[in-house]
Amino acid sequence: MDFTFIASTLVTLLKAVPTTLILFSLSIITGGLLALVIVWMRTSGNPVLSSFAKGYIFIFRGSPLLIQMFLVFYGLGQFGFIRYSFLWPFLREPMVCAVLSLALCTAGYTAEIFRGGIRAVSPKEIEAARSIGMSGFLLVRRILAPIAFRHALPAYSTEIVLMMKSTALASLVTVWEVTGVAQRLISQTYRTMEVFLCAAIIYLVLNFIILQGMALLEYSLSRHRRAAPQALKA
Amino acid sequence: MASLELLGFGSTGWGALLIAAALMTLAVTATALAIGAVLGAIVAAAKLSGNLFLVTLGNVYTTVFRGVPELLIIYLIYFGGSSAVTAIGQAMGYEGFLGLPSFIAGALAVGIISGAYQAEVFRGAFLAISKGELEAASAIGMHRGMRLRRIIMPQVFRLAIPGLGNVWQLSLKDSALISVTGLAELMRTSQVAAGSTRQYFLFFIAGGCLYLLLTSLSDSIFNGAERRANRSMPASAMGQA
Repeated sequence: MDFTFIASTLVTLLKAVPTTLILFSLSIITGGLLALVIVWMRTSGNPVLSSFAKGYIFIFRGSPLLIQMFLVFYGLGQFGFIRYSFLWPFLREPMVCAVLSLALCTAGYTAEIFRGGIRAVSPKEIEAARSIGMSGFLLVRRILAPIAFRHALPAYSTEIVLMMKSTALASLVTVWEVTGVAQRLISQTYRTMEVFLCAAIIYLVLNFIILQGMALLEYSLSRHRRAAPQALKA
Repeated sequence: MASLELLGFGSTGWGALLIAAALMTLAVTATALAIGAVLGAIVAAAKLSGNLFLVTLGNVYTTVFRGVPELLIIYLIYFGGSSAVTAIGQAMGYEGFLGLPSFIAGALAVGIISGAYQAEVFRGAFLAISKGELEAASAIGMHRGMRLRRIIMPQVFRLAIPGLGNVWQLSLKDSALISVTGLAELMRTSQVAAGSTRQYFLFFIAGGCLYLLLTSLSDSIFNGAERRANRSMPASAMGQA
């Protein structure tokens, strides 16, 4: 084992971690907001909106992310009206394309997860809220959203880990995140195993931290389900 | 679009190549799922064994292969496997570089990943078998092998079908990443067609549609299999399963 090489590889790869984290957090935030819109359309009861949402979910969950990413990165530039529009300076950037395709993809999965969470809210809780005169946005904000989010959290944390892994695909559209830097390092040193193993360890640590954070969130949101402290029981 | 004939089956069309590539995607995914089923069964058995060492080993496997990006695992197996093959070749007196065929490397990589997911599916299915049935089997004197073959296996299979359907969909989409090794599957062929005709949008849409066809087709096959496997179950028991 060549520890000096491994140490210097780790240092080089760690410098790419911020890029990975930016990709990850931008796509999670954008994808999450988009998912809210889609789940609203899906559950709206309007047949046009809900079949659009169904189609969206079908397309983005049914095809590989890589082909979606290539479609955005290579495909959009083919059209003159996009190339000569104000959007082009953004869509020319690999980073923007990667975030866009990651967000579009995760929105499909996240919308389904949120929908499951909403369906798990007991009708009695909604009835109770209505009976004291709560309705509309207040009902969503105080009753529906918090309960649905708590139900959806375990599935959502799995989706977040999947997204962290998906950021590796951005290396294929020339974003220099951890996997991309690892590949460049290999083309310089030809030491495949060491470099890829270092990259794998970095992803494992990142995912471990994410899962711990999500578990902590889940724990703090389920205060009402935990046994009360002895002093309060009387 | 005037370029639709590019998708046709004529001499200038890519239609036949795309269909062949879709079949290649199916073949590599099916191989991967078979490899993953064997690995998954072993790992699930290890995790259920109660032996601390085996349980830890199983946990490490499922954590690592579910936590590391699929692309990295494919790179690792493709390049790592090639250097291993080269080392074996040199030990046997062959000079120079030997590559691992991309079909084998790809199926192995996706199979190892799907093995981690299948292990959880099998474990969940085993835990869902009611304790009473296992006790009943022991009570009438069935020994371990017979209990496994007659009581556990048929039920694990039935209960695992929905989970296996998910793993299949996951592997089908992961198989697109094997394109980085140069295997002419659906993703790679769409890429080559897009590059050589400069019709990127057209060919990536066509490739994407073929993937959608594969995923929705396999979805209905798995739904059918689930119905068939449950055909002897009473309607009320289905709600509990």
